Amino acid sequence: MNAVPLSYILFVSIALFFIGMYGLFTRRNMITMLMSVELMLNSVNINFVAFNKYLYPNKLDGVFFTVFIITIAAAEAAVAIAIIINLYRTHQSIDVEDATDLKF
Amino acid sequence: MSNYAYVIWIPLLPLLSFIVLGLFGRRYIRTASGTVGALALLGSTVLSLMAARQYFFVDGKTADTYRQIIPFKFEWLHFSSQVSIDMSVIIDPISVMMLVVVSFVSLMVHLFSLGYMKGEERFATYYAFLGLFTFSMLGLVLSGNLFQVYIFWELVGVSSFLLIGYYFSKPSAVAAAKKAFIVTRFADLGFLIGILVLAFYGGTLDITELIHRLSSPQSPQFLAMASAGFLGLTALSWALVLVFIGGAGKSAMFPLHIWLPDAMEGPTPVSALIHAATMVVAGVYLVARLFPVFSMDAAVMQLITWVGAFSALLAAIIACTQTDIKRVLAYSTMSQIGYMMFALGVAKIDGEQGLGYMAAMFHLFTHAFFKSLLFLCAGAVIHFVHSNEMNDMGGLRKKMPLTHLAFLIACLAIAGIPPFSGFFSKEEILTAAWHSNKLVFGIGLFTAALTAFYMFRLYFSIFWQKESQHHNDHGEGTVSMKLPLAVLAVCTIAAGLIPFAHYVSADGKPLETSIDLGFSAAPVVLSVLAILIAMRFYKTENERSAKFAAAAGGLYRGAKRKFYIDELYLFVTKKIIFPLVGQPAAWIDRNIVDGSMNLLATVTAAVSNRIKGLQSGKVQAYALYFFGGIAALTIFFIYLWK
Repeated sequence: MNAVPLSYILFVSIALFFIGMYGLFTRRNMITMLMSVELMLNSVNINFVAFNKYLYPNKLDGVFFTVFIITIAAAEAAVAIAIIINLYRTHQSIDVEDATDLKF
Repeated sequence: MSNYAYVIWIPLLPLLSFIVLGLFGRRYIRTASGTVGALALLGSTVLSLMAARQYFFVDGKTADTYRQIIPFKFEWLHFSSQVSIDMSVIIDPISVMMLVVVSFVSLMVHLFSLGYMKGEERFATYYAFLGLFTFSMLGLVLSGNLFQVYIFWELVGVSSFLLIGYYFSKPSAVAAAKKAFIVTRFADLGFLIGILVLAFYGGTLDITELIHRLSSPQSPQFLAMASAGFLGLTALSWALVLVFIGGAGKSAMFPLHIWLPDAMEGPTPVSALIHAATMVVAGVYLVARLFPVFSMDAAVMQLITWVGAFSALLAAIIACTQTDIKRVLAYSTMSQIGYMMFALGVAKIDGEQGLGYMAAMFHLFTHAFFKSLLFLCAGAVIHFVHSNEMNDMGGLRKKMPLTHLAFLIACLAIAGIPPFSGFFSKEEILTAAWHSNKLVFGIGLFTAALTAFYMFRLYFSIFWQKESQHHNDHGEGTVSMKLPLAVLAVCTIAAGLIPFAHYVSADGKPLETSIDLGFSAAPVVLSVLAILIAMRFYKTENERSAKFAAAAGGLYRGAKRKFYIDELYLFVTKKIIFPLVGQPAAWIDRNIVDGSMNLLATVTAAVSNRIKGLQSGKVQAYALYFFGGIAALTIFFIYLWK
């Protein structure tokens, strides 16, 4: 049953998290940045499920958390995309470097 | 205990008038404002007379003594089981007497102003202020608690300030209002401290209770106060002196009198109401209110006597030289209040020795009538001549017959000629002084002669002397102006015939007084002589008064400049207080108090100026800080946190 050790799964999750972080720091396109954030969220989801499975097989708390996070991520994506659309309408661009109206 | 519930409406009606006129007067009620105010006051006057009738003739007396009745009392501020401030209404002979005086004179002034203030831009505001003043004064009279007295005391001060500064476009009126407010405020500081000392030792602010505790020499509160000392005076003396300073400020006693002559910048009916009949006698009323406590301290009573006598004399001398008719009347007010003060000072609490107390109250009563009559007559004259200066007047007796007659009656009353009211009250005062202190009696006698002189100087200068140059363009005045003159003139004649001592005395028991003809001969003869001198000097235009003034030399010049007391005050404030206290205080305020705040602001601004570059507007930079922070926290909690 436990053919795959926990550390393998954690490795995947960490890789996914830092890929997302790298994307968030390097990309200037907001949609790509949003996708990177989703990647980071999903790495957390993997962690939750894995720890639930390996440490507390009789409970479902980690799985429930995952379901919540997916739901909230969907809502967050909707809000983020709405912001991006509005930004595009006013700036004709979705490059974060162009949105500097509020800086000092 | 009979029902005196309606008494509460006596002050509330003018308050109502103030609120209604203050809110709606200028825009909606306009010229009807005067009628509204006068009607409210009519109600108050009727209720006051009812209260007086009920108290003095129906149920005020038990076992031949007028007692105190407290129809209202409720706890206003509760601090602890021992300390609380109550609001109460007190009914006793002097408060009922004052109720009648205040509401009646106020009614007369309301009526007179209908004509006098007609066509003024701020007519409604004027009546609103009059309502406020009347409310405060009636409240002051009825207060049964020292703190309540203090609240109303300040309220009359404010309304006096507002009315003196009524012609606020005139710089002199503004200055006068400010002066009156600051001088009385300064005195009120003493009053407040005095109240607090009394309350601290007496353990209560309730007047009845305080008097009860402090007027018996065996009570623990009295012993505590009489033994505690500070700078050589006992706590009792300090408290009473401080309270008296408050009273002296309001009553324009030397040396706090400087505001009263300037207060004549207000409309003349206001001077009649506030600065002649009611507010300025508040100090006398206060001393009378706390009289049983005052009479426990002979030194303070001496102080009151001498301050009163000196003010009476000083003001009378100054009044002889002034040429502005309202200022003459102002100084004569001060002089008459001095009379009341020294009458109180020579009195004791019980029986025959309480004559001075009764005489002071009697003089307060009669003075209210004849002095407000004098002021209203002066108002009518000023209305006719459009000037305050004596030199612009003369020969008005044919143009203003009614005013002339009323003024003559009032002058005879204030000069103490029988059978006018002033004679009776002044006789009582002089008798009281004779039995107590011969020197004070001498001052009183001399002042009485001076009073007769300067009042008739005024009378002859206004109504005789030269022929009038004024053509009669608008007549003597409207009916609403003549009616109060006539009513007050009748009161001036009749008020002295009231057997006042039967109703008001220091211990509540009726007092038998009689006018000793042999005794009264001296003051009356002196007054008549003074009147004859005034007649010789001023009835026709001549050089005699000028020659006399030249002969008096320095005394005349000093009196004309009011003995340089104003200049002295200015010197003390400008040359001593401002550079030595004001400027250092201002320096501390600007450099230390403001400086520390400014330093805080400067440091904040400098720091934020340095770090504002962090707000770069780069989303990814923010994300980096965020992750960096999380990483730092993680490292901290995993490796460093034990």
